[in-house]
Amino acid sequence: MIELDNVAYSYGGGELLSDVSLQLQPGSFHFLTGPSGAGKTTLLKLFYGALLPTAGDVRLFGTDVRGMDRDDIAMTRRRIGVVHQDCQFLDHLSVSDNIALPLMVSGRDLLTEGANLKELTTWVGLKSRAGARPPELSGGERQRAALARAIIMSPDVVLADEPTGNVDWDMSQRLLRLLVELNRMGKTIMIATHDLALIRAAKAHVQARVLRISNRRLHFAGADL
Amino acid sequence: MTPNLARLGELVVGDAQADRVVPPTGFTAQLTLFSAAAMAFLAVFALALSLATGRLADRWGDELARSSTVRISAPEGQLAAQTDAALKLLNSTRGVAEARALNTDEQRALLEPWFGPDLPVETLPIPQLIEVIEDAEGFDPQGLRLRLSAEVPGAVLDDHTRWRRPLTDAAGRLRLLGWVSLSLIGAATAAMITLAANAALAANAQVISVLRLVGARDAYIARAFVRRFTLRALTGAAVGMVLGCAAILLLPSAQAEGGFLTGLGFQGWHWVWPLLIPPLAATVAFAATRAAAIKTLKDMP
Repeated sequence: MIELDNVAYSYGGGELLSDVSLQLQPGSFHFLTGPSGAGKTTLLKLFYGALLPTAGDVRLFGTDVRGMDRDDIAMTRRRIGVVHQDCQFLDHLSVSDNIALPLMVSGRDLLTEGANLKELTTWVGLKSRAGARPPELSGGERQRAALARAIIMSPDVVLADEPTGNVDWDMSQRLLRLLVELNRMGKTIMIATHDLALIRAAKAHVQARVLRISNRRLHFAGADL
Repeated sequence: MTPNLARLGELVVGDAQADRVVPPTGFTAQLTLFSAAAMAFLAVFALALSLATGRLADRWGDELARSSTVRISAPEGQLAAQTDAALKLLNSTRGVAEARALNTDEQRALLEPWFGPDLPVETLPIPQLIEVIEDAEGFDPQGLRLRLSAEVPGAVLDDHTRWRRPLTDAAGRLRLLGWVSLSLIGAATAAMITLAANAALAANAQVISVLRLVGARDAYIARAFVRRFTLRALTGAAVGMVLGCAAILLLPSAQAEGGFLTGLGFQGWHWVWPLLIPPLAATVAFAATRAAAIKTLKDMP
């Protein structure tokens, strides 16, 4: 599905990631952890083609990312839902429209997708906030709206970068449950977080693989988490 | 249908969903509307100038080309006989529709700008002028000169070529100047809309980033901006065109003394020309914004 083979990434003369190899299998659940600045976000960006590796190969759904043009990357992103820590919404659109944005850009008719949109908005608990503007939402509501936007196209993979970074423990548990539920629907999940308590809590519900970045390299964490 | 026409067609039809992804307001909206309106206003005047000078050049060319003058300079006592001989010759010349000797009042009127009214032309040794009007075929000036020199020694034919050419050349250059002005207005419009589009794209870098994140193709993003700027340019140019036409209509009607300004404006079907300004402005905006958007999106990481 997504494969990294001996990938390195350098920026500003310094190497951020080195010799990273990884395969995300369909239906798998991963945590990516490591200290701040270790390269978690960079690695996620390599997963969805926002960055190109400086060495090694990244294959998205079997295609080498270097051979993809902008259109190919755009089409691939419709199969990869991304939740950023800062969410990134279009503030002039309502929450409902922001969630529907992937449908709009892929040319789907919002009228025919209306039922799905409503169901999804309800599923993430934002039914009553659908008409609000993003700046009016709380941190937790923003994260849930970002998650809804990431999955509205029913992507194969969901990448979440510190999805619980700005929310309290209860809300982080709620978000985690949503992600676990998505995994049970067959989606591949990758969550970048430095919140070890979240990872421990998740392990009670899902068989997750924990990866840790340290010293520019990716390691598989064992039972110590 | 060519790809560009197809794109323009898609642009006109529009996509209500896509239209919403770009924030609706911003100073670039007003800038584009104002620039397009101002340029369309100026374009109406440049067009009016071009068409008026074109008409002037045609009129001068036609009128002067159809008339010539024969000047009879002869000693007193022979003037009338030579005038009669010249008229007889002219009236029998192929290509001459009419030949007529100017009377005293007409000759006085010709001299009036220099000598004032009441000039006693009868007492002055001034030549007799004969106005010659050509028919559609026209006469052979060289042959007529030869015949006049043989039969009327004091007659000199002036077919106005010497001073007709500079006048028609001047009118032609004014017409060219008008078209050059129109081209410059088009180029300036393209430049301003490109700047406004670049500013809008830079101001909406975050929007573009979000759209790319959710899988928008660059063509989709570019189209959202291009459509917005094209419609703004169309609206602004339509307003400018209407104001320009109103200003032309309100121009005071010049008298004959008004010189070349006489007839500045549109006549008859020429009123169709200003109607082409808004679609042309929209086409310029479409091309300029599309080029700017494609380049900016290509340069964006």
